Amino acid sequence: MRGLKWKLAGNALSLLVTVLLGGMLSATLVRLAPGFNADERELDPHLSAESVQALRNARHQDGNIFHFYFSYMQRAASGDLGTSLALGQPVRTLLRERIPLTLRLLTMGLALAWILTIALSLSAAWLRLSIYDTVTTAVSGALLCIPAAVLALLSVLWSVPGSLAIALIVFPRSYRYARNLLVKAYSRPHIIAARAKGLGESRILFWHVVPVVAPQLLAVAGVSVSVAVGAAIPVEALCGLPGIGQLAWQAALARDLPLLVNITIMVTLVTLLANSGADVIGSMVRGSETRQEA
Amino acid sequence: MSFWRKLACVLLMLTLGASAAANWLAPAGYAKQYREATDAPPSRDHWLGTDEIGRDRFARVLYGTRISLMLAPAAALLSTLMAAFIGGLAGYLGGAWARMAMAMTDLFLSLPWLFLLITARALMPLNVSPLVSVVVTFLLLGLLGWTAAARVLCASAASLRASDFVRQARAAGLPGQRLFWVHVVPNLKPVLYAQFWISIPVFILSEANLGILGLGVAEPMPSWGSLLRELEGLVSVREEPWKFVPLILLVIVVTSFQLLLSKQEEVAA
Repeated sequence: MRGLKWKLAGNALSLLVTVLLGGMLSATLVRLAPGFNADERELDPHLSAESVQALRNARHQDGNIFHFYFSYMQRAASGDLGTSLALGQPVRTLLRERIPLTLRLLTMGLALAWILTIALSLSAAWLRLSIYDTVTTAVSGALLCIPAAVLALLSVLWSVPGSLAIALIVFPRSYRYARNLLVKAYSRPHIIAARAKGLGESRILFWHVVPVVAPQLLAVAGVSVSVAVGAAIPVEALCGLPGIGQLAWQAALARDLPLLVNITIMVTLVTLLANSGADVIGSMVRGSETRQEA
Repeated sequence: MSFWRKLACVLLMLTLGASAAANWLAPAGYAKQYREATDAPPSRDHWLGTDEIGRDRFARVLYGTRISLMLAPAAALLSTLMAAFIGGLAGYLGGAWARMAMAMTDLFLSLPWLFLLITARALMPLNVSPLVSVVVTFLLLGLLGWTAAARVLCASAASLRASDFVRQARAAGLPGQRLFWVHVVPNLKPVLYAQFWISIPVFILSEANLGILGLGVAEPMPSWGSLLRELEGLVSVREEPWKFVPLILLVIVVTSFQLLLSKQEEVAA
């Protein structure tokens, strides 16, 4: 229990440090990027000299990187994430409007991917038919060779939901690991002995296989969240889904760096939380397994 | 070598050969416009038809293949060298250096790859000349793609540092720098080669993703990514199946790499 507390504290600390470092790095990149101190609005002939000066003054305070970053953190603590340069709306409002759709898309996509992964890798481990194994491995391998953006385009072409595209992007990556883990677990001597003694398949699965593979599968699940978040960009951008991925793409095309910094920090947090969560649950499963063995 | 590996090797050689002979197979070049035949279907003059502004699609596929197949290995070389320097040195030095380098690596790894790429690409000017856009795209891939390889190399260098022959060399008074370059780096070569070859298909796919999203190689320069943008707005597969040729070629090349690299992946792991 004490070990778990230390792990939680360690994960929380690394989360905090990574977010701070990530934010600082993003802010530095924004500061160093070409065109940081330029604003297209200054070219508008309708603006008076005072308005142009006011725009310059508003930008001037962001000139110092430390001031830029600390004022950002200060504002962020009070819920103000700044204003998007391209869309002219508060970043917080933009994020709040788009997060639910992305969450739904990612949840559906990940659920579909993992149902497919578990079903196919379990059946591969149970059946142990070389032809079945070859076909499933070939299909997942072929999906790995198709760019995520092409899968998104094909989902538009064949009018299938974006969540299926996310699932097909995540599935081949998770299947490769899950299949290897399950096949290896089923070839362990004590499981072969249990089968020979006539133990039921479900009992073998839940009592002997799941506790062995669960921590590693959870780690893969954590990584698959990161893959799914990355896949959200092409899927939302090309399928016309107004989520965080599409917002990031629009911000990248418009070089709306304040918006990109906020999305970067948010995405870093989500992926780190997913990985830390998987790590902690994995440790709990490992701990309970060790206690059972003792 | 198995049948499938031989086939993959032949397909890769054929693709490389055809793209190298692009000047001879399509002498008109990738940017020439045939204004009397815009968006034309395949014909004797244009084997894969023309695009919406009348450029020969076959020529663009050949030149695009050349760009993708030449620059992806260059980016892979850059990322492998960076991984060798950061990961190898961190693993060899150990202690606080290794912890710091791996913390930085974890920071990069915690960001989804495509997300990191579009953010970094957006930091560069988007309205640059086509040649600069090619260099920027593949340079970014090389500069950002070293993290996973650095982790593997750090672990390999750390295990070498603890090995008997390195301890013996150190005890014999060999200077640290010489020990690193003469005894550690040569032993990291198998892992370095594996990481280099594994990175190539990853970078080909990443460039394709960036290109489709409009953040890759700029027009009129072709690349697999920019060629695949034509699939956007397609109504049905049967309507213009020849537009899928770049995708089929990309899948064949990446699959061939995967087939040839299955042993390299074991080394890298």
